[in-house]
Amino acid sequence: MGRSHRPHRRGDRHDESSPDSGERVLVLPGDQVAGHGWKPGRGTYRVGDRVFASVLGLYQPRPPLAQVVPLNGRYIPKEGDEVIGTVVDVQGTFWLLNIGAPRWAPLHMTGTPWSIEIGETQKYLHVGDAVLVRVESLDPTGRIGVTMLGDDLGKLEGGTIITVSPAKIPRVIGRGASMIQTITRLTGARVAVGRNGRIWIDGPPEAIQRVAESLRLIDDEGHRPGLTERVESYLAATASSADVLMRSTPRSLVDAAPEREGPEPDRSGPEDP
Amino acid sequence: MGSVGAKEVPVLMTPDGRRIDGRRWDELRPIHIVAGPLRQADGSAFVEWGANKVMAAVYGPREVHPRHLQENHRAIVQCRYNMAAFSVDERKRPGLDRRSQEISKVIAEAFDSVVFAEEFPRTSIDVYIEVLQANAGTRCAGLVAASVALADAGIPMVDLLPAVAVGKVAGEVVLDLKKEEDNFGEADLPMAMVPQSGRLVLLQMEGHMTREELSKALDLGVKGCREVHEKMKEALRARYTTTDAGADA
Repeated sequence: MGRSHRPHRRGDRHDESSPDSGERVLVLPGDQVAGHGWKPGRGTYRVGDRVFASVLGLYQPRPPLAQVVPLNGRYIPKEGDEVIGTVVDVQGTFWLLNIGAPRWAPLHMTGTPWSIEIGETQKYLHVGDAVLVRVESLDPTGRIGVTMLGDDLGKLEGGTIITVSPAKIPRVIGRGASMIQTITRLTGARVAVGRNGRIWIDGPPEAIQRVAESLRLIDDEGHRPGLTERVESYLAATASSADVLMRSTPRSLVDAAPEREGPEPDRSGPEDP
Repeated sequence: MGSVGAKEVPVLMTPDGRRIDGRRWDELRPIHIVAGPLRQADGSAFVEWGANKVMAAVYGPREVHPRHLQENHRAIVQCRYNMAAFSVDERKRPGLDRRSQEISKVIAEAFDSVVFAEEFPRTSIDVYIEVLQANAGTRCAGLVAASVALADAGIPMVDLLPAVAVGKVAGEVVLDLKKEEDNFGEADLPMAMVPQSGRLVLLQMEGHMTREELSKALDLGVKGCREVHEKMKEALRARYTTTDAGADA
């Protein structure tokens, strides 16, 4: 996607997911969004020389493309996205994962760091297990290929998973991962963020609770300004003696060694049989 | 439905053109729509339409169950319309009956013609409609609720799908029958329309009308659908301007 050359508003975010700062009008399916000379982009369709919205979303034209960015809906996979899935079926050579997309995604045993004999898949992952994987391939019939080969990827042991709207994930991560770093710093929890709106949290129950509440705040109020401040003040207000030590770490120290985005998920599979 | 015949026929139209609840021939009952009341569903809506109360939930696109229904070039639209046992005066026997199967089928087909199903091959879009309280016109109320729920679920479609019933009561063509008018009237004509093109995607009729009455009824229904359409848009705007208008993509 070509970056717009329009000037950014103050406070606008500069990561790739940042929307164009142009006019953003809420449109509904069937609303006419453009006339002659426009091409139908995503979230739109054309009848004659008129372009209509096909989904509920914000109209963000990029001439000559009329497009509507949806505000809701299922996670639509993109190649390269890191997503959190749960195993829904185990077959001889692959597992089927629910990643919240329209279809289940097969994870083939060759896409894992483990050397597995055919038929031994169930020794490694069971129905209900959570994994952090990357979307590797997409085809026009909607098939989604995922892999577990990659630096942060692997099985997620323990912890709990919270779901937010996939549209809010850029807010959860924040500019340059600032939001997620704030949350992990102030709670001490380990967090993995999936582009599909699922967020894995591990740590003491009270830390998990506080992360979950922060995420709910982002999910419900992500559009209002001053989000980071509100999350910070919530986390400060709920800080207990258990993590006073965490909070008293000088900020400069934390900032000097920025955490990686996301956690260090457990990469170890089960002990080799 | 109910105990027709046992009761006395009420006065359905006064000499000065007032209907049983005081409406004129071309007036709708009050409609109140809430978009997105349910958290678990991908999309949902609650509709109060006169004394009707209908909840709709949409799931999907998702994997098709049972598998053999799957179509490998498009999504399928499945619908279940169900009336609660307590939705009518006399307890309704719960579960599927011939009437609810028929309504489920016509509603699923109506949506099938507006949803961009080719975008989600081998998946299913599941629509659940629960009628909590019924007072004639529940298939229209259900369809309207389901349509708002589909938009709330982010499903791409040609347009919202407003619906309304027209009928003939005491010799007059009237808009949006209520229970007494449905029970004792001469005809009932539910319809659903795509506002963008004016195409009808659901049209059923019970009873008798002359050719002239039918054409008048269709015009009236189109007008009614446009009014319902406005209510549907209002409900969706209300939900998304208060919570999500500035949300990121």
